[in-house]
Amino acid sequence: MAEGIKNKVAIIGMGCTKFGEHWDRSAESLIVEAFEEAITDAGIEKKDIDAAWHSTCFDEVNVGKSAIPLAAALKLPYIPVTRVENFCASGTEAVRAASYAVASGSCDIALALGVEKLKDIGYGGLPDFSQLRGIYNRQIFPNVTAPGQFAMLATRYFNRYGLSPEEGKRTLAKISAKSHANGALTPKAHLRRKVDVETIMNAPIIAWPLGLFDCCGVTEGAAAAIIVRADEAKAFRSDPVYVKALQIAVSPEEEYRYNKWDGTHVETTYRCGVRAYEEAGIKNPREEISMMEVHDCFSITELVIYEDLQISLRGRAKEDVDSGFFELNGKMPCQSDGGLKSFGHPIGASGIRMIYEEYKQLQGKCGERQIKNPRLGLTHNLGGFPANCVIGISIWGNEL
Amino acid sequence: MAGITAYGVYLPYYRLKRETIFKAMGWFTPGIAGHAKGEKAIANYDEDSVTMAIAAGMDCFTDISREKINTLYLASTTLPNKERGNASIACGALNLSPNTRVAEFSGCLKSGTTALITALNEPNSELTMISASDCRLGKAGGTQEQLSGDGAVAIAVGNEGVIASLIGYYSLSYDFADYRRMDSDKFTRSWEQRWIRDAGYFKMIPEAINGLLTKCGIQINDITKVIYPPLSIRDHRDLAKRLVLEPDKVQAHLIESIGSTGSAHPLIMLIAALEEAQPGDKILVASFGSGSDALLFQVTEDIKKLKNRNKLKRNLDYKGELENYIKYLSFKGMLAKEMGIRGEEITPTSLSLAWRERNAVLRLVGSKCKACGTPQYPTERLCINPDCGAMDQMEDYSFSDKTGHLFTYTADHLAYSEDPPALYGIVDFEGGGRYWFDLTDCRLESLEVGQPVQMTFRRRYLDEIRSVAGYFWKAMPFKG
Repeated sequence: MAEGIKNKVAIIGMGCTKFGEHWDRSAESLIVEAFEEAITDAGIEKKDIDAAWHSTCFDEVNVGKSAIPLAAALKLPYIPVTRVENFCASGTEAVRAASYAVASGSCDIALALGVEKLKDIGYGGLPDFSQLRGIYNRQIFPNVTAPGQFAMLATRYFNRYGLSPEEGKRTLAKISAKSHANGALTPKAHLRRKVDVETIMNAPIIAWPLGLFDCCGVTEGAAAAIIVRADEAKAFRSDPVYVKALQIAVSPEEEYRYNKWDGTHVETTYRCGVRAYEEAGIKNPREEISMMEVHDCFSITELVIYEDLQISLRGRAKEDVDSGFFELNGKMPCQSDGGLKSFGHPIGASGIRMIYEEYKQLQGKCGERQIKNPRLGLTHNLGGFPANCVIGISIWGNEL
Repeated sequence: MAGITAYGVYLPYYRLKRETIFKAMGWFTPGIAGHAKGEKAIANYDEDSVTMAIAAGMDCFTDISREKINTLYLASTTLPNKERGNASIACGALNLSPNTRVAEFSGCLKSGTTALITALNEPNSELTMISASDCRLGKAGGTQEQLSGDGAVAIAVGNEGVIASLIGYYSLSYDFADYRRMDSDKFTRSWEQRWIRDAGYFKMIPEAINGLLTKCGIQINDITKVIYPPLSIRDHRDLAKRLVLEPDKVQAHLIESIGSTGSAHPLIMLIAALEEAQPGDKILVASFGSGSDALLFQVTEDIKKLKNRNKLKRNLDYKGELENYIKYLSFKGMLAKEMGIRGEEITPTSLSLAWRERNAVLRLVGSKCKACGTPQYPTERLCINPDCGAMDQMEDYSFSDKTGHLFTYTADHLAYSEDPPALYGIVDFEGGGRYWFDLTDCRLESLEVGQPVQMTFRRRYLDEIRSVAGYFWKAMPFKG
C-alpha cells in the first residue's frame, strides 16, 4: 500500500454555522460565517490561504455551479479554487483534496468549505432532481427517494436476521433517541430536543419501515476547515488535530445490478473502512477508536455502519445498541453532537461538520457533551445509496 | 386455411363495483340504479390501451413464438397517441422484430373484429397478432360509466397450428352515430338508448349474422355458440330472443364481471367460447359499432394442444376491489387533486435518449456476457461480474419474459405517486440479473421478501404539458 496521508497534515482551524432552515440567509452569508470562524480559530488571515476546495451538491437550488460562488463570497484573490461534488460525501472530498494539496507541498495553507441551501424548492425532502445518470434515470429507474432507498436496506436486514418489524423498529428507534439526546446538548444542531423511543416508533411512516424520526432533516448550513502540514501545525496553535486516514471508496455498482450483494450492508463502507484502518495503522477498531461521527442519514444506515466499520459483528449491532455501547457515556460514543439526526444534512457541509465535532472533541471543547480523553475520532460520510455510493472516511487524532 | 392459432387476454387487476358508483353518484342520476349490479374491470392509473394491448399480446407467447410474428394490428378506440405509433410502441415492448408490419384499427367499436378479418385475409402473412384493447370513459354518474369496462385481448392468426379455422365473414358499415367522441373528447357521448337498441343493435347484428349465415349456407341452429356484445344485460337477452337462439347457444356477455370493453369485447367473449369449445364446434362472433362484422369459425382438434386454455378464467379470478370511487376518478384523470410541488416537478423527456436506449426502455432487453454468462441490465460495455469484467462481450438478453423474485422493497410516502405510497423494490431474475423496479397492482401488506414477480409494461408518467407519455416496465405479483 502507498504510504498514505497519516500524520502529514493537520487541521488548525474550523468553523461551522448553526444548521437549520435559514429562510432569511443566503448561501453567501453562510459561507462567510463558517469561514470567519475558521480563520479566527486558526489565527490566520484570508491572504494566508493558498488554495481552496468548495463542496456543494444541489447547485441548482441556490449555490450555483463552479467554485466561483466560494471565491466570490469570500473575495478570494485569484487563488485556485475548485468545486467538488460527490453526492453527500462532498464535504469529505473537499477536506481530502485540500489535505493532499498541502501534503504535496504545492500549497501551504488550504481551505475546505462546504455549504448547502436546500429549502428554496417549496417542498419537504431533498430536491427531486435527476441524480445518477441524469435524465436517463427518469426513463428506467423508479422514482425513488433517499428514505425509500435506505428503507429497502431495513426491509432486507429485518428479513435476514429474523427481526419482526416491531423488534427492528425498536432497535432503530434507540439509535435515533440516542442521537436526539446528544443533539439537545449541541447549540449548533438544528433539532435540539430529546425524543423517546415510543414516540419514534409511533411516528408517521415516511418509507416503510422507516418513520419520521428514522430520517434526518433537510437543513442548511456551512462548515470549513483550514489545513496545514502537520510539522508546521504547532506554529499556529498548541492543539492541532492530525490526520490519521482519509479514504474515499466508490461503488462500481456491483451491488446494484449483480446478484451477489446481500442487501443488508453497505459494501462500500466496509471496503473504505478496511483501507482507512490500514492507513491509520488501526488493528482493532472497536478498541482503538474513541468516538465516531457517522452518516446517519437514516437510523438503519447507522445500524449497518456499526457492522460495516467492524465495530459490531454482522447481524449483532443490535446487541451493542441495546447495551448502550454507542451512547455518550458508552464505550464508543457515536454522534456525540447528535449527528445528521439532529443537525440535518446540508449535503456539501455535512462531511466537514462531522470533522468539526471530532476536532472540537479532540481539543476538549465540547462542554456538557465532552467525551473523556478521546484519542482517535472517526468520521464516515456516505454519498448516494446503499447499493451504489461514495464513502468518505477520515480518522483524526490529537497526537502525532 | 387461415385461422386462430393462439390467444391471450388481459384484464386489469382492479374491479369497481357498480354499487360503489351508484352510492357515489345515485343522488345525481338515480336512474343508474337499474345498472348497479356486478362490477367492472378498471385499468390502473399506470395503464392505457397500449399497455393493456401489450399485456394481452404477451399472454399469447405461451403458444406462439414471437420470432414468427411478422404483422401486428392494434384495435382500439382509445389509443393514447394520435401521432406516434401506438402499434410501434407495442411492437417494441413485445420485443417483435422491427421488420414487423404494424397498423392500427380505430374509429368504432367493431375495429377489433375488422382487424381480425383483415388478418384472416392475408395468406402471405406468416403470423399476425391482433390486439384489441379499450378503456372508454363515461362521465360521472352516467350509464356509460356504469357499463364500460377496461380490458384487452390478443389473437394470433396463421396457417399452422390453427385452433379455430375461418369459415366466412360478413361486414356491414353504417354511419350510425350511437356512441361518439371527437378529437378533443375525453368522454363518450350517446344518443337515446332506446333508439340505439331498436334502430341499431336489434337490426344491425341480426343483419350481419343473417348475411353471414346466408353467405356460408348455414342455419343458425348449426352454430354451437353465438357471440355478440351486450348493449345492456337486458338488451343482450332480448336480442337472443329475436335471433331465436336457445339460451345455451348464447355466449355470456360478461357485463357483470368486467363491463363492456369496447372494441375488445366481442373478441374477449370469443376467447371465453374457445376456452369451453370442443373440436368441431362452430362459433359465430359479431361486433356492433358503426355497423357490424360477423365471423364464423370452426374449432379444430389442435385446440387441445394449447398450453393454457383458461386465460380468461384466470384473468377473471385475479382481481382486487377498488373500493373508493374518488380514487377511480383520480385514476381516470377526472379529479383535480392537490399534487404538491414535488408532484408538479416534471423533468422533460429526452426522446433522443429514449430512442438510443430503446432496447432497455421499451423492450427490457439487457445483455448476457458471452465470457461468463452473467445476465445484466441495462447493457453496458463492461461486464458487471467483478470476477469477469470482459469488454464488449454482450449479447441481447430479454428480461420481460423472466420471472423475478422480490429481493427487497419499500412503500415510499415521500416520492410522488398517483397511488401513494409508491411501492418499489429490487428484483432478482431467475437465471440471473438484478434491477430496480416500481411495483404495481399490489399493496404493501401483501409483499414479502423473495416472492415471485413478473414484468409488466406500464405508463410511468404522463407529461401533458409536453404531450408525451413515458413507458417502462414494472414488477407485479406473479400472475402466471
